Amino acid sequence: MVPVAVTLAAATALAVAILVYANPAPPGTGAFWIIVQARLVSLGTILLVAVAQSVATVLFHTITANRILTPSILGFDALYVLSQTALVFLFGVSSTGMEGIPKIVAQSALMIVFATLLYGWLFSGRRANLHLMLLVGVVLGIAFASTASFLQRILTPSEFDVLSARLFGSISKADPAYLPIAGLIVAGILVYVWSRRRSYDVLALGRDVSVGLGLRYRREVVVSLVLVAVLVSVSATMVGPMTFYGFLVATLAYQFAPGDRHADVLPLAIGIGLVTLLAATFVLRHLFSAAGLVTVIIEFVGGTLFLIVLLRKGLR
Amino acid sequence: MSQTGARASRGIELRGVEKHYAGRHVLGPIDLAIEPGGVTALIGANGAGKSTMLTIIGRLLEADSGRVEVGGLDVRLAKLRELAKVVSILRQENHFMARLTVEQLVTFGRFPHSAGRLTQADRRAIHAAIAFLDLSGFENRFIDELSGGQRQRAFVAMVLAQDTDYVLLDEPLTGLDMRHAVGMMGQVRAAADALGKTIVLVIHDVNFAAAYADRIVALADGRVIASGPPEEIITPEVLEQVFKTPVEVLEHDGKRVAVYYRP
Repeated sequence: MVPVAVTLAAATALAVAILVYANPAPPGTGAFWIIVQARLVSLGTILLVAVAQSVATVLFHTITANRILTPSILGFDALYVLSQTALVFLFGVSSTGMEGIPKIVAQSALMIVFATLLYGWLFSGRRANLHLMLLVGVVLGIAFASTASFLQRILTPSEFDVLSARLFGSISKADPAYLPIAGLIVAGILVYVWSRRRSYDVLALGRDVSVGLGLRYRREVVVSLVLVAVLVSVSATMVGPMTFYGFLVATLAYQFAPGDRHADVLPLAIGIGLVTLLAATFVLRHLFSAAGLVTVIIEFVGGTLFLIVLLRKGLR
Repeated sequence: MSQTGARASRGIELRGVEKHYAGRHVLGPIDLAIEPGGVTALIGANGAGKSTMLTIIGRLLEADSGRVEVGGLDVRLAKLRELAKVVSILRQENHFMARLTVEQLVTFGRFPHSAGRLTQADRRAIHAAIAFLDLSGFENRFIDELSGGQRQRAFVAMVLAQDTDYVLLDEPLTGLDMRHAVGMMGQVRAAADALGKTIVLVIHDVNFAAAYADRIVALADGRVIASGPPEEIITPEVLEQVFKTPVEVLEHDGKRVAVYYRP
């Protein structure tokens, strides 16, 4: 419990710092609170992204029994990019009629339907095979990415510019109207996962042991994959695709958790996820005035860690 | 264990069980009844279908046709949670991503009973299983730090903690040296005798089967070609038919020993 308490204390301190540091208005005035409120939106986004990404990655590692995968291998990030590109391609920059909440809901719905169909189909019948599914995910991801880049090539330069800005994940640009919906979804999934944390401990032991101990393995895996898909798409909708952030957080959590049980790993992963995002936001926004770079820097650190872990495992 | 006595008396029954892999016929049709109690060894050449049959009985693999009943439960239709209290299975390869201590591993055996919330009875079962396999004092060691023999015992302890009437073991002697193999078979025998379990195991060394099993089921090309007590199976005729190599059978200390090292 100590590491979790440490991360939560650090996260709280960072959150307060982000709210009040370098606030141009004098403390206690109306303007001061308006600025704090605006910054609260960023904090809410950070909280949801941290929970969504860390829970999604830990769950994904558990059901694939592999700790060097990231959920983006299933092609969700690419699907997000493709759907954004397609929107601009088909409806132009204005995308009339599809702005704000309806657009975001449609986006999430598209990804959830895609996930459910893909996993439901791949995991039904006798072909139930996790490796096949991952392979299909990789291939589909490449297909989505190439389609998206093809569409991007035939956009007008101004449309492409707008699209690039949309795809560029940024915490400060998150839509506050989406927060309540995303919050409900993420909280619901978090409660469900936490209530089944002991089953996830068993699932981590693989199919044979899980079935032997009485778990309905196939159903558990499909449900978990859909949950991962929902979490990843909620996070992508808010701040754009993030490939290595979840991996960074989960890897650190495995390292510092007192045990490998989900009761140990999940809270710590969330705590580390919060600290990482909050610290990066604070440093970049307030010390370097480069808020847009937060996800880029975290992806850079996460990607570097990914390479280190990969090389170390390879050398063993 | 008394209330499950009725269930234990029904044994394991296979009727018309068949399995194909990619169009290739690998098993069956198999009709076989394994009486409750004692140790039953499945023997056969590589690829004869022993492990396939064991995993079908242990509901890890679905048969293409036929029916399998364990303790009166149809393994295809019964609830997995109920089955997990009646039959447990240990596969040959067990690689886990998580680092577990012996005690944590054995604790998983109680999952069908407790769903992870341990009661006093669960704790007693866990410690009994650990003690039964001579792992007392190793509770807090990580399983990847144990020797091959100890690790295998830890996995068997997990299966025993599950406290099922039927225990299926897929080649529990793989990778064990003489001393550890003898120790393992002694513990399997004791689990059947002292705990009243019905144990079915796949075994490569026919002499271990001859020395420890009550019944031997011999498979060749996916079919049961003989089953019965060791005296009936460990004969040159049956073994040569099963393994397709010349075998001489000796008698030692009341048990049969097959000698097959030089044709």
